Amino acid sequence: MKLPILGETSDIAADGLGGLEHNFITGNVESLVNWARRRSTWPATFGLACCAIEMMATGAAHYDLARYGMETFRASPRQADLMIVAGRVSQKMAPILRQVYDQMMEPKWVISMGVCASSGGMFNNYAIVQGVDQVVPVDVYAPGCPPGPETLMHAIFTLHEKIENQEIVKRRAESGGGAGIVIEQRDGQSAGLTIGG
Amino acid sequence: MTAERVLRRGHDSAVLRLSEAEAAEIGNDPDTPVDDERVLLNMGPSHPSTHGVLRLMLEMEGETVLRSKPVVGYLHTGMEKQAEQLTYLQGPTNVTRMDYAAPLFSELAFSLATEKLLEIEVPERATWIRMLMCELNRMSSHLLFMATNGMDLGAVGMMIYGWREREEVLRFFEMVTGLRMNHNYIRPGGVAADLPDGWEDEVIRLLDITAPRLDEYDVLMTGQPIWRERLQGVGVLNSDEALALSATGPLLRSTGYAWDLRRHEAYLAYDEIDFDVIVGTYGDCYDRYAIRLNEIRESMKIVRQIIDKMPAGDYRVQDKKVTPPPRVRIDESMEALIHHFKIFTEGYKVPVGEAYASVESPRGELGVYIVSDGTSTPYRMHVRGPSFINLQTMPHLMKDGLIADGVAIISSVDPIMGEVDR
Amino acid sequence: MVSDEETTADETADEETPAQNVDAEPTVDTDDDRSAAPSAERYGAIVTDVQGSAAPSAGRESVLHTDAEGYLEVASAAQADGFDQLIDLTAVDYLAFAAPRGLPQGHDEERFEVVTALINHESGERIRIRVQVSADEPALPSVFDLWPGSEALEREVFDMFGIEFGDHPDMSRILMPEDWIGFPLRKDYAVGSIPVQFKAASNIR
Repeated sequence: MKLPILGETSDIAADGLGGLEHNFITGNVESLVNWARRRSTWPATFGLACCAIEMMATGAAHYDLARYGMETFRASPRQADLMIVAGRVSQKMAPILRQVYDQMMEPKWVISMGVCASSGGMFNNYAIVQGVDQVVPVDVYAPGCPPGPETLMHAIFTLHEKIENQEIVKRRAESGGGAGIVIEQRDGQSAGLTIGG
Repeated sequence: MTAERVLRRGHDSAVLRLSEAEAAEIGNDPDTPVDDERVLLNMGPSHPSTHGVLRLMLEMEGETVLRSKPVVGYLHTGMEKQAEQLTYLQGPTNVTRMDYAAPLFSELAFSLATEKLLEIEVPERATWIRMLMCELNRMSSHLLFMATNGMDLGAVGMMIYGWREREEVLRFFEMVTGLRMNHNYIRPGGVAADLPDGWEDEVIRLLDITAPRLDEYDVLMTGQPIWRERLQGVGVLNSDEALALSATGPLLRSTGYAWDLRRHEAYLAYDEIDFDVIVGTYGDCYDRYAIRLNEIRESMKIVRQIIDKMPAGDYRVQDKKVTPPPRVRIDESMEALIHHFKIFTEGYKVPVGEAYASVESPRGELGVYIVSDGTSTPYRMHVRGPSFINLQTMPHLMKDGLIADGVAIISSVDPIMGEVDR
Repeated sequence: MVSDEETTADETADEETPAQNVDAEPTVDTDDDRSAAPSAERYGAIVTDVQGSAAPSAGRESVLHTDAEGYLEVASAAQADGFDQLIDLTAVDYLAFAAPRGLPQGHDEERFEVVTALINHESGERIRIRVQVSADEPALPSVFDLWPGSEALEREVFDMFGIEFGDHPDMSRILMPEDWIGFPLRKDYAVGSIPVQFKAASNIR
């Protein structure tokens, strides 16, 4: 009998793998999928403020995100896996941020880049959402104002590790992800609104 | 040549004056005649070629833009309110985050306004360091424009080249200020630190690298027929219109109107420097591109002169009121420690009054208006952001053009949304 | 200074390098032949000189004081006088101002003050028109017909201070969402900071 994949060999036990026409690797599906996902994480273009410039610098020649299969910043959220929230999120922008996040396909991840996105930073005032995690679930927070390309790359590596070790079948909603956080009414502001959930 | 078209208010104006509710109503109106081919199109605020979070509401007929409205505020940070909470010493940290492509200019304008109120004169060396850093910043800002302008028009390679050169400037900034962006380097009373040893060599190396690469840009873009076809005659404005719309910077100069604060209101020490004001002729996107490219060259010329003329001396004013004592004195003297603590916690008091100071940023006149009530925080701080005001020209530039040219126009106005929304 | 050329795509195609170096002679003369300083007679407003201008080489700055009634008149006179560009327009809320305001004699202090900055490119002069606007009726005429560049700035002042500009083509909010309540830069509007909580402080270390 001649199996197409096994080539001339009919007895692997006797002839060993050297007789095979094609090499193959065995492993479980989860590792394979995670391996693939990790190495082709396409970020969405979601530049907001100063951090966006550093994000673009990270993608440019000197820091070269292409090394990690990440050079294609996707303008369409449908084609993106990773949202890098680069910059301060204003009250006016928050619903749009959530909409873009909702338009992204699962699986999806979020990096909160810079202190403004992570906690409001130095702008603790009426205009800025004090932490983007009130709007979307965040996987990795990158510190800095703005984080340099090295910091962003470190955040990306941290996320890569996280992706490689995750359970692929577990969806975000089941794991308690998704925001569903009520933004409280502040002085002089219209009624509170629930974002997502 | 008149500014008549920018004064229109009604349907023949280029500006689409519609609220969200009105726009939604038009979209759902069942009585719209079937032969009405006008479409309201939304572009942004998360769009790859709107430079951040600019949103445009466009009234289209086929491919042609009839009226448009830039919708801003998606990056509104409340910086003017925040400034009322921060001392004058902390002020530059706040304003530097406005125009993140040219942060040093915001710091400079803020510092100049504060110094006007304090009535202090900064040392000569501080003035020249400020000038050096600002001209390098103008280079990096225009290089960023080269990169994004190229990318927006499909010359994706330019994105890589522009960034490559910009990175060289940032490396020098990191060496001097410790940060690549948002430096908080220019402060009322001088600058934060003296230039490091060997700065001249670094700057000369940087200039020597950049000069031949700018010539490469000429080959890649300036002379290219495709590039010229995309830009020439697109987004045209005349001088009267630009003046009427309060436009400044390359946008005003592209119409042939030579107005540059560095020359006409020579702040810092620009009157001791020999440089040219670059102006265009036709007021189109190509002129604005060429002006910025040549302004990089002018800045390089200025920087070389600064290297030769850099005076020795102190990098900040020796006025106990605004200058914290040097680090070594703190170890020696209790008074110095108290003084240092006071300056950084309470800040210094600024006399009652109001002052406006402006500088020529890469985008136009960047002004800071401060009202002081005699305390250590500004009573009110207002920034005249050139991007914000220049944005008003956009509907007029886009009127009756193609939507594809709209991308070229957005790019050539070069708005930085952090400064637009503040 | 001003180009007469008609611009079309065809014509520009022939041009070798449209942007040219113009070794521009400073068109601003800092000497005597500049027009005389703004005077009360010319504007019907109270004029003060700006205290201690730090930049000696810069153009001269003056401040005009007026009120809501006289505003448009002063603005028109300024335009007729050669102030061809509106540089800035903003407002200040003096509600919590403890220090003396320093307004010239015979001028009523009101809560709001709209500050309009103009420039005369010919003489290099700048003026600021400080207009007193009462809290009871925060309204001013728009200067859109004089300088259409005021459109966005007046909208910003409306958005942040609630001062309405009559006869403005589009008096609506510009920076805040359209349904926002309150005017953030007024002094009785809190800065809106929320206490920072560091939740789930980890015991790593």
